[in-house]
Amino acid sequence: MSVLHTTNKSPLRTRDLESCLRLSRAGCGILLLEDAVYGALKATSAGAKIEEAAKDRRIYVLGPDLAARGFTPEQLVAGVAVVDYGGFVDLAAEYHHVQAWL
Amino acid sequence: MSDTQETEGKQRNVKRFMFLNRKAPYGTIYALESLEVVLIGAAFDQDVSLVFVDDGVYQLKKGQQSKGIGQKNFSPTYRALEDYDVEKLYVERESLEARGLTAEDLLVPARVLGAAELGALMEAQDVVLSF
Repeated sequence: MSVLHTTNKSPLRTRDLESCLRLSRAGCGILLLEDAVYGALKATSAGAKIEEAAKDRRIYVLGPDLAARGFTPEQLVAGVAVVDYGGFVDLAAEYHHVQAWL
Repeated sequence: MSDTQETEGKQRNVKRFMFLNRKAPYGTIYALESLEVVLIGAAFDQDVSLVFVDDGVYQLKKGQQSKGIGQKNFSPTYRALEDYDVEKLYVERESLEARGLTAEDLLVPARVLGAAELGALMEAQDVVLSF
């Protein structure tokens, strides 16, 4: 498989997610963790961009980070998969390499 | 010194402190550190207000369950602030709206103010501490 991109900053605070979406390619995976999970919420402006990206890329959200921040999977945009830490490890192994947008 | 003079002296020494919180909880240590300083400061009988702007509004989101990330859920502490006579909590309306949140989503009663009002409140402070 291709690249797994990870991003961990709130898209309301930095432009890391935008860069990640701009430079990632169809078929890749994008894992949102830590404060980046806010970006996949229906309620934020980043949510629409994630929903769009989910059409040709696989978008994942780290569940424990979502729960810590008081949100549930139902509040995420369509096309996003929630993974746990084990799932994170599986993804890291599955994709060719991991590219972190710090 | 008479009682009256002493009271006046105390009133003169009270400063207006504002804690300006602009970052989400857990991703960085700022939110927790701010709360620690607020609790320490509460012992000094000052005029304290807490303001939540930008991602800082996420600090007050209901339903935080942080066990899964191995961090302490410190959000219940915001509810205990009242016991320390810290009762002035303000949230910026624009920040809430940008995140699709309302006062209903917050775990503690806070006054929702627009940016203009909040700006005026900031200007009226003696000290503003940013987190």
